[in-house]
Amino acid sequence: MKYAAPSSVEEATSLLSSSPSAQVFAGATDIVPQIHGGRQAPEVLVDLKKIDELVSLTSDDKKWTVGAATPTVELTENQAFSQEFPGISEAAGLIGSDQIQSRSSLGGNLCNGSPAADSVPAMMVNGTRALIAGPKGNRLVDVSEVVTGPGQTCLDSDEFVVEFEIDRAPSLTGDAYLRMIPRTEMDIAVVGAGARVTLAEDGTIAAAALALGAVAPTVVRVTAAEEALIGTTADEDTLAVVAAAASAVCNPIDDKRGTIAYREQVAGVLAKRAVLIAMERAQQRNGDV
Amino acid sequence: MARTHITTVINGDEVDFLAEDSTSLLNALRDEVGLTGAKEGCGTGDCGACSILLDERVTCSCLVFAPEANGANILTVEGLADAGELHPLQQCFLEGAALQCGICTPGFLIAAKALLDKNPDPTETEIRYALAGNLCRCTGYDKIVRAVQEAAMQMREQ
Ligand SMILES: Cc1cc2nc3c(=O)[nH]c(=O)nc-3n(C[C@H](O)[C@H](O)[C@H](O)COP(=O)(O)OP(=O)(O)OC[C@H]3O[C@@H](n4cnc5c(N)ncnc54)[C@H](O)[C@@H]3O)c2cc1C
Ligand code: FES
Ligand code: FES
Repeated sequence: MKYAAPSSVEEATSLLSSSPSAQVFAGATDIVPQIHGGRQAPEVLVDLKKIDELVSLTSDDKKWTVGAATPTVELTENQAFSQEFPGISEAAGLIGSDQIQSRSSLGGNLCNGSPAADSVPAMMVNGTRALIAGPKGNRLVDVSEVVTGPGQTCLDSDEFVVEFEIDRAPSLTGDAYLRMIPRTEMDIAVVGAGARVTLAEDGTIAAAALALGAVAPTVVRVTAAEEALIGTTADEDTLAVVAAAASAVCNPIDDKRGTIAYREQVAGVLAKRAVLIAMERAQQRNGDV
Repeated sequence: MARTHITTVINGDEVDFLAEDSTSLLNALRDEVGLTGAKEGCGTGDCGACSILLDERVTCSCLVFAPEANGANILTVEGLADAGELHPLQQCFLEGAALQCGICTPGFLIAAKALLDKNPDPTETEIRYALAGNLCRCTGYDKIVRAVQEAAMQMREQ
């Protein structure tokens, strides 16, 4: 195995095009255990962390731009980002230990293709887009379209994610991410729930997004719940509809962390709680950010 | 297999070494540099026995490829003591019997140092979260947490 550390997107792209078994990596927190377990054997490992765009975190008046290889600790430590997107920040802060968060990236979390990847529901409900570079140029793809199945993405072998774009959150908008694990730290989600809510001036919900992790082969949006929330104040009856819709989209596995019935029920509970936290945060953010 | 020339600063000294690209930084530190403080408990990021500071961030050296360390600043447990005098964390681990076999200890010391560098007065909960990436199979965690609390107190008083 050879290590390569290109210093530009172009250099990385041409490396990937010229060596078919090359693989990009950022924090290597997924890839090293996979190589150890014999599930991966790349001939060339392309380190993305020496490319400036890949390890940056910036904002302008339209959007935040997060380099795909930026260590997630930089998101959780960034106060402005964490205040605007507490849900993404709390999801990033749940990935592994401090040791893991010094290295883990959003690009790796997404492109590893795990249905339980914590940052993905949180990115999805915020309408995050992935800028993908390849030999034919760049394309912008909604995060919800990147992962096509467990461990599978829509990227060609010579493409990689350069950065993520997240539009600045409008006023009266809040997000949240919750996950259920059997321990308090260092485990894989049994269920993860990301929610985002934007309120109208009268306090009713003008826009809502809800996504669940670890309950289906990919992270799933719960559109029936989103529609049910519009125009309401997330009252108890509406939340019952949200919970039922969340349970209904589940197509989970049965494993030692949770049975199918358990995951379906927890999905409903976490969906409701995430919506309520997002509501509360939306009420607190009225125009000053 | 060709070996790559890697230039680093380790525990304050410039250190050059050669390693194969597929070698973990952990194995390079142990086998090429001769710093055997960091241990391999799992090789997959779960146990924290291999913890080092890599450019001031606490990191599992088993998850880092050796050539990634080119140009980096590294602190291992060997760099904690100052001119033969133990770091307060090391002294408190000893006095508080916060170790038995000692395999996990270098990792705990480094993770605890990373915490205290950022947060000199952590709560017990903060300590437990900051050490969640470090596993100990002998001592149990209470003595370790108390040793970190004691060291933090001593360091604040200095
Ligand atoms: C002890 C431990 C605990 C963990 N806990 C959690 C947890 O709680 N929640 C969770 O979600 N995950 C967890 N993980 C998994 C992992 O840490 C995360 O998925 C992390 O975000 C992966 O990021 P990375 O940069 O390290 O990925 P890498 O290992 O560098 O890459 C992962 C995959 O993505 C591809 N890739 C990386 N970057 C790009 C890019 N820019 N473009 C295209 N493809 C790319 C790589 O080719 C590889 O296939 C844990 C891992 C460990 C070892
Ligand atoms: S050896 Fe690195 S985490 Fe266990
Ligand atoms: S003292 Fe033996 S593992 Fe911690």
